[in-house]
Amino acid sequence: MKSLVLTNAAADDPWKRRRQQSLRWLYSLGGFAATIAMTFLGLLAITFVIGRVVPIDPVLAVVGDRAPQDVYDAVRAEMGLDNPLIVQFIQYVGSVISGDLGMAVTSQRPVAEELARVFPATLEMATLGILIGVLVGVPAGVLAAARQGSWIDQVIRVLGLAGYAIPAFWLGLVGLALFYANLRWVGGPGRIDIFMEGIVPSRTGLLLIDSMLSGDWAVFRSAWSHIILPATILGFFSLAYIARMTRSFMLEQLSQEYVITARVKGAPERVVIWRHAFRPIRIQLVTVIGLSFAQLLEGSVMIETVFSWPGIGNYLTNALLNADMNSVLGATLVIGAVFIGVNKVSDLLYRILDPRAR
Amino acid sequence: MSLLTIENLRVSFPGEQGAVEVVKGISFELGRERLGIVGESGSGKSMTGRSILRLIDKPGSVTADRMEFDGLDLMTLSNRRMRALRGARMSMVMQDPKFSLNPVMRIGDQIAEVLSFHSKLNARERRKRVLESLEAVRITDPERVYKLYPHEVSGGMGQRIMIAMMVILEPDLMIADEPTSALDVSVQAQVLDIMDDLVTRTGMGLIIISHDLNMVARYCDRILVMFNGEIVESCQASELANAQHPYTQGLLASMPTLDEHRDRLPVLDRTQLGGV
Repeated sequence: MKSLVLTNAAADDPWKRRRQQSLRWLYSLGGFAATIAMTFLGLLAITFVIGRVVPIDPVLAVVGDRAPQDVYDAVRAEMGLDNPLIVQFIQYVGSVISGDLGMAVTSQRPVAEELARVFPATLEMATLGILIGVLVGVPAGVLAAARQGSWIDQVIRVLGLAGYAIPAFWLGLVGLALFYANLRWVGGPGRIDIFMEGIVPSRTGLLLIDSMLSGDWAVFRSAWSHIILPATILGFFSLAYIARMTRSFMLEQLSQEYVITARVKGAPERVVIWRHAFRPIRIQLVTVIGLSFAQLLEGSVMIETVFSWPGIGNYLTNALLNADMNSVLGATLVIGAVFIGVNKVSDLLYRILDPRAR
Repeated sequence: MSLLTIENLRVSFPGEQGAVEVVKGISFELGRERLGIVGESGSGKSMTGRSILRLIDKPGSVTADRMEFDGLDLMTLSNRRMRALRGARMSMVMQDPKFSLNPVMRIGDQIAEVLSFHSKLNARERRKRVLESLEAVRITDPERVYKLYPHEVSGGMGQRIMIAMMVILEPDLMIADEPTSALDVSVQAQVLDIMDDLVTRTGMGLIIISHDLNMVARYCDRILVMFNGEIVESCQASELANAQHPYTQGLLASMPTLDEHRDRLPVLDRTQLGGV
């Protein structure tokens, strides 16, 4: 009873209420940071364990298999591998936090540096891909649901099915043969024409943005002509998925009572569909789009291989084939962190879009 | 002239064995009065209400010899002119505010929408009208309620908000489809009184669709009893006790009253009604 009275008093006093509100914000922000930290620690634990259980001896990878035993032992001690596991884990966490992911065995360069080179390539393509997927896929799905059973609906459904059935590498090869080799509409494999490489200083690692920042439009055009085909193909796959999900969410919404209410109020069909049926599904779409984006950021090995794209998918595949454990773990960490980041951003958007979750 | 004239209204939906008729050729008239349509689930009473507002979507189909609202033929009216009627001249309160209010829109904005569809009022005037309409349904702090989301209000308040939304433009006809079935018994009367008050004050025609004979008898002037897609009884509310049709008699007989002692309540004998 006493606490009830207290909260009522607080609700009456605007200053107290404001302070309570900002306190609540602070708490939820703190909780937010804590969950991110915990999830990341879990991710580190997983990569650490993977690094210890795979049957690849990191010492052998350094000294070679003909080194005498005393050299082997010395290197092993130097790498800290004779410490207890928990100490090794703490050392590992410490070095990851300070940005040290070890040396790539094949190139003898820091893994962090290599990832900083390959990840932006994937990020650039994935972002363009998801933009295409969302900007085309969402309206397509809404349209298909609003005109259920019409020819538009049928076309969108067939496209959605194609997105599942057609292999990415096939579409990539056909696209290259048609638009690059025959029509010459787009640039070929790689991120940019060879003679344009290294002209603009790398600030973000994203070629489109770097060239824009330097105002070098020839470089921008070259980068654009190289990225547009693989990004469209990636976009097509996420478009197919996003349109399918949007369509089914919308169909569910259109039979809701409050959509009927909107019609009873005399709302034009456009308002019924976009304001009353579409607004509530933005919440569900955030999850779908987030997951789709995370998948693209993982790097599509198929597309990156076909287009010789120096992205993280390509990098990870090469590292695996060369048994380059440091690179594999580094790339896995980046991909895991991307997943955590995308999930957290969807969580935040959820709170903004859904008044019930605030 | 009557406000609403319906002759031989039929509503059907395609089923696995041909079309299923849920409303089988009903006719009635409505003036500026309060009409109750009573019947059990599946008797076609809700479908009757929805077909007046032309809310039956494909694959359902609606036919009628005549369906006129204030001299306008509802069967042939263009979609655009139908939209101009809905919300402004005819409206509908639905069963459960939990589902009939949009969960992600502020309450005030949802009501103000009606004004933006049908009038040229600017945002400030719209807001003022919305606050007045909330006051009209006896919401004491309209400023606060304006900013709330539907999940933040109770069922009774939700239904009052729904009513405010549906009467803000003072329509000529309002259909209330089971307006109190989802509410606590304690607030049912309150919501009905508010509705009754508004109807009397603005002189609109009201159709209450319900399965609650007592409630309808209390709040309506006239009663239609529907069974199996047909109107089986039509009488003044005050003369319900003298009902002729066996279905109505059966319904009345199976209602308990406070001042009697019975071991067992009679139930409807449906074998007798099979032919209806």
